[in-house]
Amino acid sequence: MKAKITVTPKKAVLDPQGKAVQNALEQMGYKGLRGVHVGKYLEIEVEGDRETVKAQLEEACRKLLSNPVIEDFHLVLE
Amino acid sequence: MNFAVLQFPASNCDQDAIHVLKNVLGHSARLVWHKDQSLGAVDGVIVPGGFSYGDYLRTGAIARFSPIMQAVQQFAANGGLVLGICNGFQILCEAGLLPGALIRNRSLQFRCENVFLKPGSSHTPFTRSIPEGALLRIPIAHGEGCFYADDATLDQIEREDRVLFRYVDAQGNRSEESNPNGSVRNIAGICNTARNVGGMMPHPERASEPILGMADGRWIFESILAELAERQKSRAA
Repeated sequence: MKAKITVTPKKAVLDPQGKAVQNALEQMGYKGLRGVHVGKYLEIEVEGDRETVKAQLEEACRKLLSNPVIEDFHLVLE
Repeated sequence: MNFAVLQFPASNCDQDAIHVLKNVLGHSARLVWHKDQSLGAVDGVIVPGGFSYGDYLRTGAIARFSPIMQAVQQFAANGGLVLGICNGFQILCEAGLLPGALIRNRSLQFRCENVFLKPGSSHTPFTRSIPEGALLRIPIAHGEGCFYADDATLDQIEREDRVLFRYVDAQGNRSEESNPNGSVRNIAGICNTARNVGGMMPHPERASEPILGMADGRWIFESILAELAERQKSRAA
């Protein structure tokens, strides 16, 4: 199965990259942008019992793949 | 005193730290490879700057799981002195030895320049020998040096007098202009609650002798040495 993980900066954390992208989009004429947040996307191919895999990956997200001080993560198993 | 200076793939200024400790200050220092399991018999550990593991994922994120960092965790838990400089600061935050995190500079630019630092607390092993009222002129060189922690953590750091340095202007005033990376409350360095682990973004090892144009960084190493000498004395007593 495939795990799809998105990691995004927490709302309270300064995201200068997101801000720079938003400015560029606005300069291009795109209207109504309420916020841009630049994060990371990871795909992990993995075998095993679904529940065990999910628990392991959630732990990996907390320990390595994201930093809970500054980031949130979202994990989807397909 | 004996120092270990860690070396990861893409560490930098590791040799500068060795040079200052050995040739400028006359102590013993050696490089310890990131795959080593043990620090050996050392009095202090320097986690140097650089771009360990290519800064992949996040700065310091992968380095913190290297074998030598397990030894550093143990050394720190036993009260050993550990100073992280630049990438070393990032690694110590990722390892949970220091609170907060270092994120991309507010300007999105890599900043390489000299800054003024105002010591926050004189009651730490990293700042104790700095003359009262002195400002330190020390270089920074980083793209991800914006210190972030939530307000509760910052309040605790300040309440416990654990700010090592703040970015200030030449007159010692804290301002937006003197903050090179957007760090919260202009924080350039902190220590842990137990006060034996410190981290700072500026590079004291690049500014510790007059021939380099700046020697203020030496105060930080002198502070560490004074602390270690006092510890040695109290152990002998």
